[in-house]
Amino acid sequence: MSTTRRTILIASGATLATPNIAPAQEAPGVTATEIRIGSTNSLSGPASAYSVISTCLTAMFRRLNDEGGVAGRRINFTVYDDAYSPPRTLEQTRRLVEQDRVAFLFNQLGTPTNNAVHRYVNQRRVPHLFLATGADKWANPREFPWTIGWQPSYRVEAQIYAKHILETRPNARIALLYQNDDFGRDYLNGVRDVLGPRFDSMVRTATNEATDPTVDSQIVQLQASGADVLVCGVIPRFAAQAIRRVHEIGWRPMMFMTNVSVSVGAVMEPAGKERGVGLITSDYRKDQSDPAWANDPGMNEWRGFMQRFVPGGDLTDNNFTYGYGVGTTMIQVLRQCGNDFSRENVMRQAANIAPMDVATLLPGIKVQTQPNNFNVIRQMQLQRWDGSGWVRFGNVIEGANV
Amino acid sequence: MDGFAHQLIAGIATGGIYASVALALVMIYQATHHVNFAQGEMATLSTFIALTMIQAGLPYWVAFFATLVVSFIIGALVERILMRPVQNAPVLTHVGVFIGMLLIISNATGWVFGHTTKAFPTPFQSDGLLFGGLVSAHELGSTAVTLAVLILVYLFFAHTSLGLAMRAAAYNPRSARLVGIRVGWMLALGWGLAAAIGSVAGMMVAPAVFLDPNMMLGILLYAFAGALLGGIDNPAGAVGGGFAVGVLENLAGAYVVGTELKLTVALVIIIGVLVVRPSGLFGRVVFSRV
Repeated sequence: MSTTRRTILIASGATLATPNIAPAQEAPGVTATEIRIGSTNSLSGPASAYSVISTCLTAMFRRLNDEGGVAGRRINFTVYDDAYSPPRTLEQTRRLVEQDRVAFLFNQLGTPTNNAVHRYVNQRRVPHLFLATGADKWANPREFPWTIGWQPSYRVEAQIYAKHILETRPNARIALLYQNDDFGRDYLNGVRDVLGPRFDSMVRTATNEATDPTVDSQIVQLQASGADVLVCGVIPRFAAQAIRRVHEIGWRPMMFMTNVSVSVGAVMEPAGKERGVGLITSDYRKDQSDPAWANDPGMNEWRGFMQRFVPGGDLTDNNFTYGYGVGTTMIQVLRQCGNDFSRENVMRQAANIAPMDVATLLPGIKVQTQPNNFNVIRQMQLQRWDGSGWVRFGNVIEGANV
Repeated sequence: MDGFAHQLIAGIATGGIYASVALALVMIYQATHHVNFAQGEMATLSTFIALTMIQAGLPYWVAFFATLVVSFIIGALVERILMRPVQNAPVLTHVGVFIGMLLIISNATGWVFGHTTKAFPTPFQSDGLLFGGLVSAHELGSTAVTLAVLILVYLFFAHTSLGLAMRAAAYNPRSARLVGIRVGWMLALGWGLAAAIGSVAGMMVAPAVFLDPNMMLGILLYAFAGALLGGIDNPAGAVGGGFAVGVLENLAGAYVVGTELKLTVALVIIIGVLVVRPSGLFGRVVFSRV
């Protein structure tokens, strides 16, 4: 018994006497030779089309390691499958943080899935960086200082549409159709951000539920309000219905469609390509099928990367240009960290990115952050459907500063 | 006024969608005294089968009738393979099987045919709208098809001995067996017919709402409401109920409570009706001797 007590005393004395020689090594997930980064993605399940983003990021870290890593350390990137199911996201995130002891989390996929870990990572003070979702709530540094998104949020997108409307039709009467959930309400908030006190006099709204069979009634109702501009924040099936119905009833508003619902195959073709002529949406990425980028240095850099590191990858899949952009941002943050990869410093650097160009983003669109503004990409360019493809027009527009 | 006419017509058009699915629910209820929660998913699967045939180059109507036959067989097989073993189990077991089927068919459909929204052709083509921009040819045509199916179902149950035998098998299996009706086959037949009617509903709905594996998820709820409103044992009542739900929902959404509460209003009205008339507006009140 006394031996035990003496041993403990000696041991604790020894601990107190040990000088603090290697602060960098005390950072979780960081050793002298390695930085561990964790992620979750839908490698199976309904959203598994997005799993190629993880393929792309893994390849980018492999390229970085081949080039010598960051500050002499190799990146060890672990991705677990959550099948797009929020409870599994929480389980796998806890596994990454508590068992694998990763330094931080990067580019986890999905809005409901990231919702499930939002509070947890902020309580544990683990950087939750550059999420693969367009919800607006990730840009809230005051309440959730450890979480940051990447792509322009739906709210920023709506702000950009509203700015364009005010510029081209200052006396517009605007009809807004949005889905009655977080996704749809971001469009309501974005338009309100820009119009401010004029919102009530300029805008008529209608909502739909994801379970509604059609939005025909809403379209008829909005047309009856006398609007000459229509903004839609709805998922692809309702987008196709809205485009068709607006055409059928002979309404010709200036029509904006959320950029999650402008896929040629899933929306424009089912709706009828000729019915959507004039429809406006927005993008921040270079479309690899656009001949304008055939000899673009940025896109050639991306093509070279794909050829060498993702030889089997589908070059028409724009998840790869997305992955390349978000991966470039992450590597920039790691380089900015110098030799200090503590969670505090990683987060500080992620919140202090000076405006930078990224190979796969449209010219003029910058990746940037400030400690009080976590909207990493806040600019977009408008594009119009010409009956067979999307044609960019006008200058890059920046969202409202709210 | 113009807006009101538009809303009314839009309501009738969506009501037609609910009515056609409600009819399939009534069919299965008449034949088995159960409500099949997987009816919508079975119809979606049938619609994908039809689309595959059309894409393979078959003319629309050939694919249409081939799908009816295939769906009939699938429905009958489901009864033989899945429902037969639990025939005498408590009703909760049946509900469990229905929900299991709903999940399995929905996920399998997505896995085989993909989750992307697809266009489905309609045999009733028109450029723009008819009657002063009120209604599309497809809406007229699909309403006509729903009414035609309704008449066929009515004639089948009221005027054929097979229909009578099916009703007897569902209502009182033991007595039916004693008078020489093969109750097992009647149940399989009922499942097959319900699946075939469901496939018609699917093929009429898909051009309007676009086809994806979750197409029927919301529709089934409204169809169920319509069937209950009209009376689940009365085909004509269920069709009327489906149209009524569509119109009520649209008019309330446009003029009374706003689009956010339109589903709520429809359901409140239905609960109100059921409290006053538990068998539905047109349902028969059934007395059982104990």
